[in-house]
Amino acid sequence: MDLDSLTQNVSEWLRGTGPESDIVVSTRIRLARNLAQFPFASKATDDIKAQIVGQMQSVLVDLPISKPLSWIDVEALSDVDRQFLVERQLISRELADSAWPRGVAIAKTEDVAIMVNEEDHLRLQVLRSGLAFDDCWEEMNAIDDAIEERVTYAFDDTFGYLTACPTNAGTGIRVSVMMHLPALVQTREVSKVFNALQKINVAVRGLYGEGSQALGDFYQISNQFTLGMSETQIIDKVREVIPMILKYERKARAEMLDAKRADLHDYISRCYGTLCSARKLSSEETMQLLSSVRLGVNMELIDNVSLQTLNQLFIQIQRAHLQKLKHIELSKTERDATRAALIRQRLTDERKDSE
Amino acid sequence: MRNGSERGILRMKKCRRCSKPATLHITEIRKGEVVEIHLCEVCAKDYLSQSEPTDASSPDFEFEKFEEAADQLEAIDDPVCENCGITFREFRKNGRLGCAHDYEAFRNDMIPLLENIHGETQHIGKSPRRSAGTSTTQNQLVRLKGQLKSAIDDERYEDAAKLRDEIIALEAELKGDTAKTE
Repeated sequence: MDLDSLTQNVSEWLRGTGPESDIVVSTRIRLARNLAQFPFASKATDDIKAQIVGQMQSVLVDLPISKPLSWIDVEALSDVDRQFLVERQLISRELADSAWPRGVAIAKTEDVAIMVNEEDHLRLQVLRSGLAFDDCWEEMNAIDDAIEERVTYAFDDTFGYLTACPTNAGTGIRVSVMMHLPALVQTREVSKVFNALQKINVAVRGLYGEGSQALGDFYQISNQFTLGMSETQIIDKVREVIPMILKYERKARAEMLDAKRADLHDYISRCYGTLCSARKLSSEETMQLLSSVRLGVNMELIDNVSLQTLNQLFIQIQRAHLQKLKHIELSKTERDATRAALIRQRLTDERKDSE
Repeated sequence: MRNGSERGILRMKKCRRCSKPATLHITEIRKGEVVEIHLCEVCAKDYLSQSEPTDASSPDFEFEKFEEAADQLEAIDDPVCENCGITFREFRKNGRLGCAHDYEAFRNDMIPLLENIHGETQHIGKSPRRSAGTSTTQNQLVRLKGQLKSAIDDERYEDAAKLRDEIIALEAELKGDTAKTE
């Protein structure tokens, strides 16, 4: 697959549509699987890892599912290209940073990605725009079945699907929802919500940024346990907490509008103005500005840019994306300038389209 | 015969270095003699951080022996997976298992560990269409094939022949299993 062609692509799951898409950006389901006849990653030699890649590449490329998959040899990629795939959420940081035979099979629509030789032999991932558990699971389940027709998974009647880390044993499922929670961050209620979630064993983490920081106000909500409940029970467990979080975020947004509509409108408009005119923008500043504008669009305070454009910009302004756009290596200053130019261009095009 | 509680009190030894109660007791056989060394936790730590002993009969020297004995005990008590060679201690240190067979090799330790992590130990939910038996058989095959290779390398042809028969039987079993699910 030609990675350069991906830069032109509009990822399916960033469409900004789907249920609750004002707050929920995407739903993701991931399954961890291992092949029975090979040792796990930590005890598999590079030779064995190469064998696994060889076997899985032919299986995945010919998989009889509705979306044909293309193979990418991650080992052969440049650092920029690996970083590019990480930014697009097609591979994990861990896969990019490893130094052994490994790859990923992805659908052109980028809503299916199957990593080979990460922490486990296989990491299957399906993404959907907005809140879409059932749709996501239906596709994930079918892909899992299709692969299992052609390989033998490591499985035990007591412990379920066997994984390299016992924290993933059993179903091997990770169900996550990516949510945009700027109002809860603003009113400092975010930690209250998270403490409540932790008590019922639902995990939360900021999507971008280090530690507790969540650049762009994006958070990922996911299940903590994988053993002792069925896949659908785990999905339901995550599904159950979403309405509460949506309620709190929407309530906080309504309160903000009530209390200081004029101030908010001014602030958001200035953010939009900066994005339209600035000549250099750091990624941190851009994340903040985009987050405020996204809130503004959802609150219907501004309407000259779509959710889809905003969702995509969050990804396109990242380091490797900018570099691939320009085809040469960029210094930080050049990146900040390229970033600003890209945003100016996209926002101008969008305004022209709506006229 | 003294009763249990009396024996208990009588058994309380003092640390050979200070006079606190000894919590570590080592029985050593040296040159046909049985030697008992008793130490409290603090003195034990202290001895462990000391350098090479000079005198064979000095407390330091006996202490080094204690260290060796403790290491040997730990090694005996550390289960290993015959498939991939990982030890349980190695797994605990790195947090990652070596192969699927580890769940079987360390079964008694995995159950409380999984209970700790997930609050449950029995998998409910999806299972592969092919039986779990196939998965374990595949695992065994990998191990037997490795053993066959070593046997041939070492020219242990009788062992090799036996292993080859086992492999043929297991592969037939696998074929039978696959046939069942189709």
